[in-house]
Amino acid sequence: MDTKEIIKPENLVYQKPRLMNDNPMHYCPGCSHGVVHKIVAEVIDEMGLSEKTIGVAPVGCAVFAYNYLDIDWIEAAHGRAPAVATAAKRLNPDKMVFTYQGDGDLAAIGTAETIHACNRGENIVIVFINNAIYGMTGGQMAPTTLLDMKTATCPYGRNVALNGYPLKISDLLVQLEGTCLITRETVHTAAAIRKAKKMLRKAFENAMNKKGTSVIEFVSTCSSGWKMTPDQSNKWMVENMLPMYPLGVLKDKS
Amino acid sequence: MPEEIKLMKGNEAIAYAAIRYGADGYFGYPITPQSEIMETLMDEMPWETTGMVVLQAESEVAAINMVYGGAACGKAVMTSSSSPGISLKLEGISYMAGAELPGLIVNVMRGGPGLGTIQPSQADYFQTVKGGGHGDYRLITLAPASVQEMADHVALAFDLSFKYRNPAMILSDGVIGQMMEKVKLPEQRARRTEDQVRQEQTWATLGKPDNRKPNIITSLELDSSVMEKNNQRFQAKYKLIEENEVIYEEINCEDAEYLIVAFGSAARISQKVVDLARAEGIKVGLFRPVTLWPFPSKRLNTYKDKVKGILTMELNAGQMIEDVKLAVECNVPVEHYGRLGGIVPSPTEVFEAFKSTFIK
Repeated sequence: MDTKEIIKPENLVYQKPRLMNDNPMHYCPGCSHGVVHKIVAEVIDEMGLSEKTIGVAPVGCAVFAYNYLDIDWIEAAHGRAPAVATAAKRLNPDKMVFTYQGDGDLAAIGTAETIHACNRGENIVIVFINNAIYGMTGGQMAPTTLLDMKTATCPYGRNVALNGYPLKISDLLVQLEGTCLITRETVHTAAAIRKAKKMLRKAFENAMNKKGTSVIEFVSTCSSGWKMTPDQSNKWMVENMLPMYPLGVLKDKS
Repeated sequence: MPEEIKLMKGNEAIAYAAIRYGADGYFGYPITPQSEIMETLMDEMPWETTGMVVLQAESEVAAINMVYGGAACGKAVMTSSSSPGISLKLEGISYMAGAELPGLIVNVMRGGPGLGTIQPSQADYFQTVKGGGHGDYRLITLAPASVQEMADHVALAFDLSFKYRNPAMILSDGVIGQMMEKVKLPEQRARRTEDQVRQEQTWATLGKPDNRKPNIITSLELDSSVMEKNNQRFQAKYKLIEENEVIYEEINCEDAEYLIVAFGSAARISQKVVDLARAEGIKVGLFRPVTLWPFPSKRLNTYKDKVKGILTMELNAGQMIEDVKLAVECNVPVEHYGRLGGIVPSPTEVFEAFKSTFIK
């Protein structure tokens, strides 16, 4: 096929999601945020929910999520996204409300809001990016930082006596009656992305069908924070993150 | 039809007035001396009648962020608390000011600092009108002095907060919240429909139709030159509020040789002090700021050549006195009398303090 033939619409096999705009992304090369943004955009569009969706952005690297997805957004204070989403959804029960939060936002400063929104069974989706580090502030220790993992605030490695243990918050949320679907995914391979997108869609369906809170945890990479190349990051994630945060469905009563 | 007059607590009046205003949501956390607000709302179950959402949050912090989320959707939402709880809400209030969101916060003040006491106080004046939260922002502040005003200020605060896209506070205290008086409640208004909100609050995040750009509610701007412009826009708005929304009450001020300046429950006590003074032939007037921000500085300034002295009476160590001194440009002796830690002085006590200060 020549170029003219290839670019014919009927030969199109892939395109940028309609709901992703043209703003240049601030995310680093190798970061998982871009891919997760993409599948969130695809799910919203494929479900025909773009006019009904309210996104709640966190504080952290995804604070600027509102710059990339062509939907209405509320930028919440650090950790407060589930509280913000609670009100947005309860006051607008027919809308699709989701939060997009990192590990520091969701599992440290916002632990109370996360647990109580889940416990009330708010009909929202929580998209949870777990890259075991604070990216935006320059690579400090997160609640999910692995033992012995080095960060700017645990330069000799995370030490139990000093810092306690990595927090497996999704396992904790499984115990709450209000949660409906809790699953741990990655986006480091094409197959993983396809599977993650399927779970994300299920989560969005749960919220629209008022089945309770769904939490999709994405075990993610932070090349800059980890000081690795994108390729090294993916390998390091598989070898080190996944044993602590194993993939798969933790709970599904949808 | 006879007027519908009821006897109730100030806190209850807030709850009934909120339902009747057509408020869309209340989010709160229990704390003395204001818990009757949420108790009354839960008892009334307005979600069955007007559709108003009422939710007990897990914390003061969550409650104010629920208000932030509801306000972002263009809804008329509120929270209430007392002093220690308001300290927790200040992060959210600063974010609301920064994101230019309307909303009502009620503070039924108690004595501090710290956990303090559950008895009445006015010690959160500075916290409320001088900031409290971070950044250059202002909080529209109404100070009710009766149960009737507790009811009336709900609509006033909501209307002002929507008019200027700025949070508003009703700064009350344990006296006004707990005391019972007769009150005429406002007529029931319908809650606004989503179409009305979309038309009136074009900035609201209610889902983006294909024909407009996304609505984004945020207080974040990393470009300093833009952030300075945002701040200048806020300041211009605050100036407009200062020019247009000042409310005060003057009692026996026309011929007054001395003024007592007091707000809220302290003004109720001071009203009696004026009577005691007049009975002894001393011409005292009461100047009561109803809006604490914007402060009635211009009006107070007109007294600077008329009166011999001003006493501010506050249930604190002397906070509003700073604004009174600025208002009269220190042209008149301004003194303070107050009790601390939840003690409420009697009119006689205040009158004696006034006499020993100015009459000798």
